[in-house]
Amino acid sequence: MLDKMILGRYVPVDSTIHKMDPRSKLLLVFLFVCIIFLANNLISYGLIGLFTLILLMLSKIPIRFLYNGLKPILFLIIFTFVLHILFTKEGEVVFNFGWLEIYDGGLRQGLFISLRFTFLILVTSLLTLTTNPISITDGMETLLHPFKKWKLPVHELSLMMSIALRFIPTLMEETDKIMKAQMARGVDFSSGPLKERIKAIVPLLVPLFVSAFKRAEELAIAMEARGYRGGEGRTKYRQLKWQTVDTLLMLSLVVLTILLVLLRS
Amino acid sequence: MRITLQDVEYRYQINTPFEHLALHDVNMDIVSGSYTAIIGHTGSGKSTLLQHLNALLKPTKGSITIGDRTIESGRKEKHLRAIRRSVGIVFQFPEHQLFEETVEKDICFGPMNFGVSEKDAKDRARKALEQVGMDEEILEKSPFDLSGGQMRRVAIAGVLAMEPDVLVLDEPTAGLDPRGRMEIMDMFYQLHKERGISTILVTHSMEDAARYADEIIIMHQGTVFKKGTPFDIFSQPEQLLELGLDVPDTVRFQLKLQKELGVRFDRPCLSIEDLATEVKKAMERGNR
Ligand SMILES: Nc1ncnc2c1ncn2[C@@H]1O[C@H](COP(=O)(O)OP(=O)(O)OP(=O)(O)O)[C@@H](O)[C@H]1O
Ligand SMILES: [Mg+2]
Repeated sequence: MLDKMILGRYVPVDSTIHKMDPRSKLLLVFLFVCIIFLANNLISYGLIGLFTLILLMLSKIPIRFLYNGLKPILFLIIFTFVLHILFTKEGEVVFNFGWLEIYDGGLRQGLFISLRFTFLILVTSLLTLTTNPISITDGMETLLHPFKKWKLPVHELSLMMSIALRFIPTLMEETDKIMKAQMARGVDFSSGPLKERIKAIVPLLVPLFVSAFKRAEELAIAMEARGYRGGEGRTKYRQLKWQTVDTLLMLSLVVLTILLVLLRS
Repeated sequence: MRITLQDVEYRYQINTPFEHLALHDVNMDIVSGSYTAIIGHTGSGKSTLLQHLNALLKPTKGSITIGDRTIESGRKEKHLRAIRRSVGIVFQFPEHQLFEETVEKDICFGPMNFGVSEKDAKDRARKALEQVGMDEEILEKSPFDLSGGQMRRVAIAGVLAMEPDVLVLDEPTAGLDPRGRMEIMDMFYQLHKERGISTILVTHSMEDAARYADEIIIMHQGTVFKKGTPFDIFSQPEQLLELGLDVPDTVRFQLKLQKELGVRFDRPCLSIEDLATEVKKAMERGNR
């Protein structure tokens, strides 16, 4: 049922992007999120699209899988697009259906915002799809290390993040299991009047929360039992290694940034 | 109610990189009023198979006939409620499905979803609770204040109260104490005998499979490896051991006697009484 969900999922295949250092991937995503706001015309959006496409190809994540996983978000994107078309009244009128006037400004705005949204989602999902949670945490911790001076609880933050990432698929599985158990007891989650369907959430949420809290408690005990004492003086078994690919991709991002600045209109 | 599976295949997460073939070429025919045990290694697809029996999962290939409804792959199915009402499933670790404030409400939840009136549901709750061997006092308690074993019994009562025609049990006694296991298993058997409820039991206990089932189905790597009566199945113990499965203690004892003392048996013994008789016979033969 929730099979197609890709949020927080790691797909273990062998690809260039998978082999990259998590630090460079994190930096890449962070910078990408910033520079996407530089784009303000068709060419620059095309350029970002091309860059995204190259990343996707390099990652070897099957496009169909990605598409199925992001389908629920597609609705949101189309919704934004339509809103802009209907309510942004800038520039010249392109269509006129009597009661409905569509302006070219609205069309542009709608298109750009939808594209921006799409690229952002794609690139950020690529991070979790190609990097296992432990590596993400390692990368985060190393990158944020300098902020420790200002009393930022870097280790704790990255631990929290990795636990959250790690448990998204588990929670999905659990949801699926409980849904099935309640369906066997006559609950109908997918049809019937809205009121009934909202009521059907209770038998799902209660067991889910109960098990999530239980899981959290067990995890805490298991960590303590194995001697977890926080990040102080802790060494790493897996050392992060910066490779040529990382340098190359960071460079390509710099080139992209320069191009975007030049292309701004 | 008869359940027939034809060339059933099931793939988890089809069309994703995580696609996993869990069942293939599964054919079986579960006749009305029978007791079927499904055994098999961990991960052999038993739980996946069970979820097809009341249309919680739809086959990715093949078809399943449940009573007079046929579920086929690739077709959108609606109105499955009738199937869910007549086929009750006790899942592996059913205690995870409890959610109501009181035990009574939780047991009434299933029946009331299927249109039973509140009063009737409450009567059923009392009866079901008695069947699983628990006191009425517990009705007003919160299910979350119970012990694990008590929660298990309440969850089972919740399914019994639906009064299904077919009862599907996925390792219902895993993790219970020995006495509790016996009680619960005997109770299911009684229901099967008295009301003619078709029962399908997934179990890792060969003793249970031998004692209760009319037919045993061995699942191996997602398909039916072998089926037959307990006698058929346990008359070739070597095959079972090769698959990494066990045989009942009585059969293991026979094997050991055969190996150590050269005693020959013509057939597997599936109960202690039967074993004692056979051993006695063998000894008398040996003395002569
Ligand atoms: N939601 C799922 N997504 C992907 N694969 C799954 C899922 N559930 C089960 N599987 C896989 O399908 C196969 C069969 O699983 P199933 O739960 O049916 O086994 P089982 O025979 O019930 O085992 P056990 O005796 O341990 O309960 C396993 O290999 C399992 O990894
Ligand atoms: Mg199972």
